[in-house]
Formats: sequence, C-alpha cells, structure tokens
Amino acid sequence: MKILVCISKAPDTTAKIAFTDNNTQFDTNGVQFIINPYDEWYALVKGLEIKEAQGGSVTVINVGKADNDPTIRKALAIGADDAVRIDAEPTDALYTAKQIAKYAKENNFDLVLCGKETIDYNGSQVGGMIAAILDQPFISNASKMEMDGNKATVQRDIQGGKEVIEVETPFVLSAAKGMAEARIPNMRGIMAARTKPLNVIEPAEAENATEIVSYELPPAKGDCKYIDADNAAELLELLRNEAKVI
Amino acid sequence: MADRFQAPDYYQIDDLLTEEHKLIRNTVREWVKKEVSPIIEDYAQKAEYPIQLNKGIAELGGFGPYIPTEYGGAGLDQISYGLIMQELERGDSGIRSAASVQSSLVMYPIYQYGNEEQRKKYLPKLASGEWVGSFGLTEPDHGSNPGGMITNFKDKGDHYLLNGAKMWITNSPICDVAVVWAKNEEGRIHGLVVERGMEGFTTPETHGKWSLRASRTGELVFDNVKVPKENLLPNKSGLGAPLGCLDSARYGIAWGAIGAAMDCYDSALRYSKERIQFDRPIASYQLVQKKLAEMLTEITKAQLLVWRLGQLKNEGKATTQQISMAKRNNVDMALKIAREARQIHGGMGITGEYPIMRHMMNLESVITYEGTHDIHLLITGMDITGISAFRVD
Ligand SMILES: Cc1cc2nc3c(=O)[nH]c(=O)nc-3n(C[C@H](O)[C@H](O)[C@H](O)COP(=O)(O)OP(=O)(O)OC[C@H]3O[C@@H](n4cnc5c(N)ncnc54)[C@H](O)[C@@H]3O)c2cc1C
Repeated sequence: MKILVCISKAPDTTAKIAFTDNNTQFDTNGVQFIINPYDEWYALVKGLEIKEAQGGSVTVINVGKADNDPTIRKALAIGADDAVRIDAEPTDALYTAKQIAKYAKENNFDLVLCGKETIDYNGSQVGGMIAAILDQPFISNASKMEMDGNKATVQRDIQGGKEVIEVETPFVLSAAKGMAEARIPNMRGIMAARTKPLNVIEPAEAENATEIVSYELPPAKGDCKYIDADNAAELLELLRNEAKVI
Repeated sequence: MADRFQAPDYYQIDDLLTEEHKLIRNTVREWVKKEVSPIIEDYAQKAEYPIQLNKGIAELGGFGPYIPTEYGGAGLDQISYGLIMQELERGDSGIRSAASVQSSLVMYPIYQYGNEEQRKKYLPKLASGEWVGSFGLTEPDHGSNPGGMITNFKDKGDHYLLNGAKMWITNSPICDVAVVWAKNEEGRIHGLVVERGMEGFTTPETHGKWSLRASRTGELVFDNVKVPKENLLPNKSGLGAPLGCLDSARYGIAWGAIGAAMDCYDSALRYSKERIQFDRPIASYQLVQKKLAEMLTEITKAQLLVWRLGQLKNEGKATTQQISMAKRNNVDMALKIAREARQIHGGMGITGEYPIMRHMMNLESVITYEGTHDIHLLITGMDITGISAFRVD
C-alpha cells in the first residue's frame, strides 16, 4: 500500500497568539511550531500501522517553506519513509490542495491521509478538495479504520452516534481522535531521519481562491466571581442581569 | 495532576541549538510527561525505582548517548547528552541519576578504558537497558578523598582476589554489573568489572533516605571475590581513571540540575498566577515577583553556561575545573530555586501534589554526590591560585 500523509505545521498549543500589520499577519516571533496534532497523532500513525500490517510505504507531504523542515524531520523520525516539501507558502486551502493533489496524482498513491483539521485555522477543507481534484471518495472525521487488502471499514463520528462505511482504495481520509495512538519517536528513529530523503519540489501554477482580510482575538476572559454556596439568589440575579444567559 | 510543564527560554537559547538537538530534547520532554510525571510521585513515596522505565530510557538514547552506535550507544554529541539529562531530571533526579550512572560511570569507563572484548560484552546490554550497571568509588571512610580507598585486589595467578566495601552506590541493589575501583598490591587504582553472581559479592540496600527516593542506593561488599583477569579495565589506571568518568557525569548533572530548576520555576509561576490572597493573585506582589524574576535570571545564566561548556566538550577542550564550576553553580542554583519555589507554593508546596519538595530533597543528594559543593569550590580555588586547599599534595 502506497500511502501519502499530509502534514502541516501549527503553533504549539502553548504559544502566545498575536497579530501584526493591522491584524492581517500572524506574528510568528518566538512561536514554536509543531506538526498539526491531528496529522501527526492520527493520520501519520495510522499510515504507519497500515504499512506495518501490509507492507508498502509512507510518504509525508507538506506545502511550505524551508523553515518547515524540522517539523517534517520529526515525521520522518516517527517512521515515515520519505518526505516531500512543495516549496510555497500555503496561502489558502484550494491552493494547498491543488499542490498536494498534483503530486498525489503523478505518484499514484493508494491512500491519502490527513488530519480532520489544523488546530490553528480549523479549516477542514484541504482533504476534501484533494479528493475532489483526484475524483476520489473523501471520508471525513474518521475515528477508526480497519484495512483488509484494499478494502477499508471506516467508522465516523456523527451527531450523537457513529456511522460505519466501507470503501475501496484509492480514497482520501481525514483522521480524528481515536484513529491511532500518538507515538513518541525513539533515538533510532531520530538518527534514521537524518538520512531519509526530504525532496523539495517547485510548486505548480495555481491561484488562491480566498484571501484573509483580518484576524481578531477572542475577547479577554472576564474575572471569575465567587458566590457563597448558600446564596443562590445572588447567583440567579447575576446570571440573569449581568451575564444575561438566563 | 496533569503535567503542564512549559520550559522557560528567556534568551532564545533554542536558536543556538540545532534542529536535531531540539527534536531530541522535545522527544525526551514528551516522554517524561507521558511516562515519568504520572507515576514518579508514587515511586518516590514508596522509595522504589520504576525499573520498567529503563526500556524507554534506552530507546531515547539515555543509556550511553555519546557512546558510538557500533556498541549500542546513540552516537550523539555532548549537547544532546546534556539535553537528555536536563529533561530526565525535569522529571526526577533519580531517573537522571540512573541514566548518568549507566552512561558516564559504567559505559564510559568500559568504552574508554576497556578492551574490545569488554566493550562488546558489556556495552550493548547496558545501552539497551537489559543490564543495570553501578559504579563503586566511594567507601564508608573515603568520600571526598577517594584516593585513600582501602578496597584492594591481589593477583592470584589465574584471577584477582577482591576485598573491601563501597558505600552510597546508586543502583547497587539492582545492578547486574559494577565498575569497581580498587588498589592493587602496589597501591595503584584500577577498574574491575564485577558481575552479579560472583561468589562473595553482595549488594545490601541503604534504606530510609529522604532524598533520591525514586533511586536505589546501597553498598557493594566484596568478601574474597574471585574476579577473572579479563575483567580488569586495561587502558587506564590511577585516580585519574575514575575522575575521568566523574567529569562526564558531572557535566550531565550540570545540565540535569537545570531541568529540576525549570520544573520548580514553572510550577511556581503558574501557581502564583492562580493562587489568590488578599483578593489578588500572589504573583501581583513584589516579593513574589522578586523570587520569580531571580529564578528566571539564574536559570538563564545556567542555560548559557552549559551550552558553552557543551561546545567546549564537543571540541574536546572542556577542563575538569570548568566542569566543576558548572556542576557547582547549577546544582546550587537549582536547590535555591526549589526552596524559593516551595515557599511560593505555601502549604501546598510540601505535598506531593506539586513536584517541588521532591526536587528539593533530591537536590540535597545531587549537591553532595559527584564531588560536594565545597570540594568543587576548592577545585576552582586551586585552579586559580595554584594552591590546593583541600589536600596536601
Ligand atoms: C544518593 C547518593 C548516591 C550516590 N551514588 C554514588 C555512586 O553511585 N557511586 C559512588 O562511588 N558514590 C556515590 N555517592 C557518594 C558521594 O559521591 C559521596 O557522598 C560524596 O563524594 C561525599 O562523600 P562523603 O559522603 O563521604 O562526605 P565527606 O567526604 O565526608 O564530606 C563531608 C563534608 O566535609 C566536606 N569536606 C570534605 N573534605 C573537605 C576538605 N578537604 N575541605 C573542605 N571541606 C571538606 C565536604 O564538602 C562535606 O561538606 C552517592 C551519594 C549519595 C548521597
């Protein structure tokens, strides 16, 4: 099974988020980047599990500039066989999906895996767009998958329950929590990653379909008010007149 | 309680590290959060070493980080070694001690002073964690002055006969092999590898420690132990041989102590922002800010110190005296931070809910072993004046 896993980088969950240029640019100064957890913990590890069970290869792909290489090396340290970086800023979802889809098409992958969303932009778009461009089925938000040859039984979380579907390769799937258990690389993996191929390729001609006009931070958290456990009346009054939630 | 640790890096020292250094450091950090933090308090309270972690430490390259890969080591540079120690000690000094002893006090002498057969026989099993090693230098009557040791061996033709006792030996109760320093008939110090099971070799445990409780400590007792001649480390003798191992271990401790200090600082910073007294977070009071600001200043200085020392070590230029300075400064810095952090936590600071008291008690060993705080000062004093104030030469 030839597997392609899409990985993007995201700010570490503890990073301080700020914007510059009149709230149009994300301020990356001092921000540590990690592999988007849905990509790393679920999509990549599931890809590795499938390879370990049936043989084949796992290639990770990223659209980004050279400062993404450390995050890509980590994916190689966890166990991917090789990596591809398309040397361009991933400026919008369609642009990114076109880049990945072109590479996927040229290299005939059986399976394209990605995370259900990135933890920064929460777009959930790229996987679906890749599938559409490749004219393949797209299974989103998958929390479990069993592979039997080229047939997959996939469980999806749906409102209030689960849905089980069958699908044959090739297809594109976005992975959610439950799909696999995160792996910590070991030293052998880190050393092997030094010499695994990381191929940098030029982007294909493509246009952005959207443009980010501005960002806004969520309102600052209000102060916490403590109310005496015996004073339900005051609580009610505050919820009604101050918080206006009841 | 979940481990919410965030490492301070006030001077962007991360920019001085390679991408691989950061990957190694972050990997060990993640592993410590997942494997060490949830269980360590319990093991410290029970006074047990979580030996099940050895496999994980081995996979992280924690046993013999700088030993070449052909002997099972990780083949990393000295800064990687330091970062691994820092992260392990962020979890607990006992875990770092196990890795330090195995790497620098057992694998290092076998690699540096041993022959090819000895390297092949011992190093891979120590690197994989299958075997636990210990290092016997200190004796009941010879601590700061190991050169006065009385443990000795006699040449009996086809074997050596070893007699004596070592005390305060990390991992003695669980070791499979021990690198033991003893004098021959001419009074010259040699290293011998003693294996569990050799007749007359026992390892009684030292109980009742208030420090390094998640690490096993004990004695190595040799009562007419027949040691095969091929177990003598042939390539170096004299006091310089064990001291060479200590250089390597002390270097790791200088990094390790930063881990403990960062954990205390991080916990104190978070606690002080969450703890409300007199209607305001205690972090808003000047005296608490002074404590926190001084902690971060000291951590930052210590980080720069070991980073430079690591470079010197990589270039083979670090001196024993430079390593002494870093060990002394950083452990003292960590211990002071632990004490201040404990006060910031108020009464909570004495409980196992927070790592502070455990670190603080651990560091009382770390400031004594591998050369006491005062002896390291006297080493610096001797280096700059040319006069020894601790021994008559
Ligand atoms: C938990 C733990 C684990 C250890 N693990 C090991 C191990 O694995 N292997 C091993 O070999 N050893 C180990 N040690 C032993 C450790 O290295 C010794 O405890 C240390 O070297 C100090 O020796 P001592 O305890 O005999 O103290 P002493 O040497 O008796 O020192 C007592 C005090 O006197 C001071 N002092 C001594 N001489 C002078 C002087 N000339 N001038 C000024 N002050 C002086 C010291 O600084 C100290 O304050 C361990 C110790 C502990 C606590």
